[in-house]
Amino acid sequence: MSDQSNSGSGGAFRTPGGGRVRRDQPVSFQFQGKTLSGYGGDTVAATLLANGIHLVARSFKYHRPRGIVAAGIEEPNALLTVGEGALSEPNVAATVIELQSGLVTHTQNAWPSVGFDLMAINSLLSPIFVAGFYYKTFKGPSLKAWMFYEHFIRRAAGLGVASQLPDPDRYDWHHGFPDVLVIGSGPAGLSAALGAAQAGADVTLVEQDFELGGSLLSQPVDSTQGHWLAKILADIEATGRVRILTRATAFGLYDGNTVGVIERSAPGVADPAHGVPRQRLHILRAKSLVMACGALERPLVFAGNDRPGVMLSGAVGTYVNRYGVMAGRRAIFGTNNDGAYLDAMALAKAGADVTLADMRPQAAPDLLRLAGGAGVKVKLSTAIVQVRGGHRANACALAPYDVARGTISGGLTEHDVDLVAMSGGWTPTVHLTSHRGIKPVYRAELASFVPGGFDSDHFGAGSMLGTQTLGDAIQSGWNAARQAALVCGKVLELVPPAAPPGRDTPLRFMPVGPIISGKPVDKSFVDFQSDVTVDDIDLAHLEGYQSVEHLKRYTTLGMGTDQGKTSNLNALAIMAAKRGLGVAEVGTTTFRPPYTPATIGALAGRSVRAHLAPVRRTAMHDWHVKNGGVMMEAGYWMRPLWYNTHGANLSQAYRAEMDIVRERVGIADVSTLGKIDVQGPDAAEFLNRVYVNGFAKLAVGKARYGFMLREDGIVMDDGTTSRIGETEFFMTTTTAQAGRVMSHLEFLLQVVWPDLRVTVASVSDQWAAMSVAGPKVREVLKVAFPEVDFSNEAFPFMGVLDVPLTRALAGVNVRIIRLTFSGEMAYEVYAPTHHGQCVWDHLLEHGKPWNLRPYGLEALGSLRIEKGHVVGSEMDGRTTLDDMGMGKMASTVKPFWGDALRRSDHLVRTDRPTLVGLESTGEGASPSNGAILFFADDKISGHGRGHITSTTYSKTLGKAIGLGLLQGGISRVGQEVIAASPVHGRQYRLRVVDPCFLDGEGVRYRG
Amino acid sequence: MLRIHCPYCGPRDHDEFSYFGDATKTYPPLDAGHRDEWVDAVFIRNNPKGVHTEFWQHTLACRRWLVVQRNTVSHDIVAVIPARERPQS
Repeated sequence: MSDQSNSGSGGAFRTPGGGRVRRDQPVSFQFQGKTLSGYGGDTVAATLLANGIHLVARSFKYHRPRGIVAAGIEEPNALLTVGEGALSEPNVAATVIELQSGLVTHTQNAWPSVGFDLMAINSLLSPIFVAGFYYKTFKGPSLKAWMFYEHFIRRAAGLGVASQLPDPDRYDWHHGFPDVLVIGSGPAGLSAALGAAQAGADVTLVEQDFELGGSLLSQPVDSTQGHWLAKILADIEATGRVRILTRATAFGLYDGNTVGVIERSAPGVADPAHGVPRQRLHILRAKSLVMACGALERPLVFAGNDRPGVMLSGAVGTYVNRYGVMAGRRAIFGTNNDGAYLDAMALAKAGADVTLADMRPQAAPDLLRLAGGAGVKVKLSTAIVQVRGGHRANACALAPYDVARGTISGGLTEHDVDLVAMSGGWTPTVHLTSHRGIKPVYRAELASFVPGGFDSDHFGAGSMLGTQTLGDAIQSGWNAARQAALVCGKVLELVPPAAPPGRDTPLRFMPVGPIISGKPVDKSFVDFQSDVTVDDIDLAHLEGYQSVEHLKRYTTLGMGTDQGKTSNLNALAIMAAKRGLGVAEVGTTTFRPPYTPATIGALAGRSVRAHLAPVRRTAMHDWHVKNGGVMMEAGYWMRPLWYNTHGANLSQAYRAEMDIVRERVGIADVSTLGKIDVQGPDAAEFLNRVYVNGFAKLAVGKARYGFMLREDGIVMDDGTTSRIGETEFFMTTTTAQAGRVMSHLEFLLQVVWPDLRVTVASVSDQWAAMSVAGPKVREVLKVAFPEVDFSNEAFPFMGVLDVPLTRALAGVNVRIIRLTFSGEMAYEVYAPTHHGQCVWDHLLEHGKPWNLRPYGLEALGSLRIEKGHVVGSEMDGRTTLDDMGMGKMASTVKPFWGDALRRSDHLVRTDRPTLVGLESTGEGASPSNGAILFFADDKISGHGRGHITSTTYSKTLGKAIGLGLLQGGISRVGQEVIAASPVHGRQYRLRVVDPCFLDGEGVRYRG
Repeated sequence: MLRIHCPYCGPRDHDEFSYFGDATKTYPPLDAGHRDEWVDAVFIRNNPKGVHTEFWQHTLACRRWLVVQRNTVSHDIVAVIPARERPQS
């Protein structure tokens, strides 16, 4: 800890030169309230290591001290919370956070700090926190065990805490259609992008890092590989055909060549005030796809392998070569493959004391010579057995190792260290093909799972396929480019760029189980993030959990935010050994999207708050808002529920508005009704088949109310259809069913009766509509529309008239239909939407002498309950015509849609609840919709005899009334029933009455 | 995201379309069908593993009803034709 200083702005462990960081660009940020300095191009992890800080986290269950393990997205331990307040984001790997001036980061899951964490007591309780701990407490002797543990567990185990505040950031979506999409910008991906572009394809290249290059970024800038990278990037740019997205993760691969990519904005770019998004979701639909997703290094499994200061070998090499950071000065590398040699040499060249323990009995002579030349002390047939050190590895025990037996074969020697690097080989990244349901296959010669195949038009390249050398990766990228380009009709005739010269280390590895000395002194971790040890896998195996899918769920292995990217294969190898099988037979778990955590905000894009759903406003919307209309959402529509000019609250206002209609005259906006234009020589025949009642003989200039059924005989909708001309009809539907009815009519015309010469068009948005109703309506309309004779003889009930207006409204054509919903004398006036407001104003102006006032949706609904008119509450998708008491409307002389199945046995049962009116028998509160109806002598339990569908207070009758569906229907008029509301724990006595409470003879509206 | 090649509009995302159901059935004539034929047409369904023939409507674009052959295992869309042109069985 003594060398944790700020000597030099880049940190005490920064090499004097080298790396890709911008040393002329110092950047400082906050880590746990402390200011640390790094350089532009650093990650937070690189800066922490440059400042000698390894301990950055506590583990999930045991709260063991944890350090930085990796240099990329696979990091299991070093999860931080970035930002503060509403902008805080938990569980971000320090290895992917780009350094940014003013960045604030905090550690997680420790109290009071990662240095001194009281929760570390869990480590002593580890015999309790074994595999399947949760399940065991659930099953326990009683539920009490779980009740006891739950509070403790929820506090102790976990990750970062998400902000509860609204997200102030903006997010956006982009839809892209490249010819060829290349995922990954390592040597294979760059080769593929260049090849496809040179073939003439439009290419999009996505890379999750903030720099292009993949594994090449982990090589020295001034090396043959570094030069090759610079050259191919220039060549790619020269094609002018490659769209490059960095900081962009292809998180999921979906049907139809659709790829989900989340692009994070560069540091400091997001600016919600100016609409600049923090993240952008790209939905890319490519003609063909090249996956070059690379491979991830595996840890070795030995005691204490989770101590801070124990890292992946490749990460150590990356920190030296890319960031100019020495992760330690006295290092031991443990490996079972060639790859670690180059990493060890890079650290030794930077000035560290490096020993390399190679578990294999021999290594390539030239590699040994190169390592020796760089000052690396190589010990063959040697393995790391255990690492000690609380907050930082300080001792590493080595022992002779017998590859053939897979055991150590001699005594331990202990070494002072500040860094242990490990390489257990490389795991191809098979996630994206798994997303398509393609199971990975195990290839023993690679000791790895590789993609089990590719969908058509998908191709793979590079170490994802198990290629071993840089040359192979470049060639495979080129081959994939050729195939992908061909899908787009482009031919690639060029040869691939030559691979850079120099020593290449094949990625081959030998699988190993855990390296265990006679008496383990510490836990050997398989999954760092989920705190799963070798012992946990042993226990799961003993308890009979043998399938990998069971193992995963029982031990929580691979279920952290890193989804087991480093742990998966080691766990499978251990389970395979336990069962005496090969890894191939044990198989692997299924990888599902997202590949790395995806922000919900990015998936939502702009569809938040007011933009969550479309909003439909009528032509008179602004008038309602300005004149006291209290608006409510009805589907996507905004409708005035009541007007605050008529009362202090809903209850007062709607009763006043009912009085306006019953006693004088009111006007309501009914523009939300569905309106469908039906035209053609066979239009009358068509409607005759659609509606249960006859429409063929409807006279021109007349309207008719009708029901239509679904194919299964259930009521679909009701509405009024007017005959405008011999071959032209104007249909209205309910607001809620407008879209469905339109699709239904189109289905019948296109699929069932394609021979009918009829076209339908939705004109819902073309017509504004207003209902003018009340005893004084004719007086108002006579003045407002002197062009029209409103006498009963000239304009009878259910008459329809198209009227070209004159005088002030000359040029406006309205359609007037005489029909009623409220039961009063009423007319619906339809005007072209862009004339809706002026016709509304015109009516209000001329209605002043009769005090014409608007009424809202609540009053509209209450007026119709008094008349017993059914709406969606009654036509709820389960009820028949007979249930509505409308069976007599069905024609017996013509067939219609739904007629055959409406006679099905279950729809004609006599015990089906049918429509009744209900009224309260006394004072007091009334039941609400949904209350269950029982006969007076029934036991109050179960589903009862029906339910209440609509309720209101009738001022005219001076009592609470409602509509309901009741067994026996109107044959029970006069009887008392009980309405039970189990939700409220209350019961009410109601009397069954006719559903039409008012003016059953229709005197009021017929006039 | 399924990509459906609408014969009128070209390839579009499935969220422009509405699913309706089995397109292997034909409805009996309104005036002649026995109720059993209607029960078969409306309710009786196969649940094939493999290619399924189904109705979709291009609701948010041309509003045409289509018959889509979709593989229920691979999600591949094998063929799309206007519903008007479907063979009558």
